[in-house]
Amino acid sequence: MKAPERYYDFQKDISGCGVFGVISREKKLISGDMPINAMACMHDRGNGLGGGFAAYGIYPEHADKYAFHIMCDDRRGVEGSEHLLRQYFDIHEFEPIPTRETLAIHNPPLVNRYFVTVREDKPEDLSKLPEDDYVVAVVMKLNTQVPGAFVFSSGKDMGVFKGVGYPEDIAEFFRLDEYKGYIWTGHNRFPTNTPGWWGGAHPFTILNWSIVHNGEISSYGINRRYLCEHDYLCTLMTDTEVVAYELDLLIRKHGLSWNLAAKVFAPPFWEEIKTMPEQQRELHTALRYTYGSGMLNGPFAILVADNNRLMGLNDRIKLRPLLVAEKDDMVFMSSEEASVREVCPELDRVWMPKAGEPVIIDVKE
Amino acid sequence: MSGKKITLDAKGKYYKQFNELIRQKAQEGYTDFVLENVNGHRYIATALCGDLKITIKGVAGQDTGAFMGGPHLRISGNAQDGIGNTMDSGKIAINGMAGDVLGYAMRGGSIFVRSDVGYRCGIHMKAYKDYVPEIVVGGKAGDFLGEYMAGGIILLLGMFSDKPDAPVAGRSLGTGMHGGVIYVRGSVPESQLGPNLHTQPVDEDDLQTIRRLVDAFALEFELDAETVMNENFVKIRPFSHRPYGNLYVAT
Repeated sequence: MKAPERYYDFQKDISGCGVFGVISREKKLISGDMPINAMACMHDRGNGLGGGFAAYGIYPEHADKYAFHIMCDDRRGVEGSEHLLRQYFDIHEFEPIPTRETLAIHNPPLVNRYFVTVREDKPEDLSKLPEDDYVVAVVMKLNTQVPGAFVFSSGKDMGVFKGVGYPEDIAEFFRLDEYKGYIWTGHNRFPTNTPGWWGGAHPFTILNWSIVHNGEISSYGINRRYLCEHDYLCTLMTDTEVVAYELDLLIRKHGLSWNLAAKVFAPPFWEEIKTMPEQQRELHTALRYTYGSGMLNGPFAILVADNNRLMGLNDRIKLRPLLVAEKDDMVFMSSEEASVREVCPELDRVWMPKAGEPVIIDVKE
Repeated sequence: MSGKKITLDAKGKYYKQFNELIRQKAQEGYTDFVLENVNGHRYIATALCGDLKITIKGVAGQDTGAFMGGPHLRISGNAQDGIGNTMDSGKIAINGMAGDVLGYAMRGGSIFVRSDVGYRCGIHMKAYKDYVPEIVVGGKAGDFLGEYMAGGIILLLGMFSDKPDAPVAGRSLGTGMHGGVIYVRGSVPESQLGPNLHTQPVDEDDLQTIRRLVDAFALEFELDAETVMNENFVKIRPFSHRPYGNLYVAT
């Protein structure tokens, strides 16, 4: 499961990841078949070195507990991660994540899930942290301190399933056709700069946040150092990891709106800011000054979700494709219209959003 | 040659096999194709040559009509990215919208899009002798329309758009262009233009060209050409023949 030796010597290839997302505004449950078939339609955007899905609304019976998905190289990793989990959490239920044996998936890691709540008697080292920060801190601890173990999902009533393979094969492996959720995102990976390994597949998550990304984040270095100052430690060797942690920092901890967080990721150009009305100008100037280290430089089309929302966003000069479509209470976001038509041939509206302008869709409460 | 017709179904077919089938049928003498259930199949009619008519029903995939020499494609739905990439001659009519980099490095022939197009359409278009590529967009365009354009004609109408609030063209229109011409129906704010570019009024010769393109466009999509012509047009041309000639020269 660890990145192969000398992974940086691997030959690079042209990029072309694929992303797909769907949200039911009425919170109607959508079978995993829909995102699976949509991703399979974009098979050629990836090369079999990474596929994955995020699903919301899949654990209603455990909605009050954090659902930890953990992948481990071996039994030692499982024991190490369980030992650490028990120190910080009450584990209410745990089991291997149900999988199918499939020919396409080789040497999968051990994948387990744990439904946990924070212990009443928090250990001294993290006892002062508010609950969400406490959970984030445990994820960082596990990822950095337990050899051969990684948390790949840690939210409530949601889960991420990912690994090395085409998305349809990963879905077969994780039996995603058996799940139903009201928000789904999917990813087909074509790694360019970093290794194709299980932890490096998309989506990336922390708490309820999930992100899938087509593109590359050239600012990874500065973003990573910025996050490190805020106790987010990047361990998964893929640029997209920074976006998951930035969402948590900017929106949950700093209280920015999703729209403003999108403007941190893809800020307006200075010459655009110059022509804005005064209040807007001050706002965007302040955002750029404050969060310069959080800006995502490079080409991207990203889909971000939590339990109530799906957001699509392009880099500000639109170097990757992104399409939005609507049908009744469903909204789709995808790299290709074909993938949407594959699962929903008749659409009410189809459009391509403006570069740098987020498309934010909420579920109705 | 009288058209020999054939209908091919793309449903469940991988793009490679489907394209092989089309080429095989073209070699067998079929000239009039209807392709059913196309859904993102890549490279249809890529580098295909000859006097062929191809109707694509569904969503045309990446690089449809790339390097194409001669065929007439009619796409009934929307088209994805890179349509008409480095196309040589022939015609592509899209009865919907199209994605990014439409007509990338196009060398000849014409592309008509009824509605909106994405970013970087007509980037690197070029003309040589009788080869003058043409793109007509009925809706609006994203940023970088005609970027690095070296030749050919882009006509942007802004009329049949799904984006009522958007400007007719995005930012950086014609950035780095050093040949060819972009015509826009109505006007375009100068702030949308690339560095050092300005809009200019059109003259009689321009209007003749515009009229010819509008007639062809209207015929393609059964629209009224007079309504389209019933407005002013402006043009954007490169500000010099070699705007970047001295970029790497010590002066």
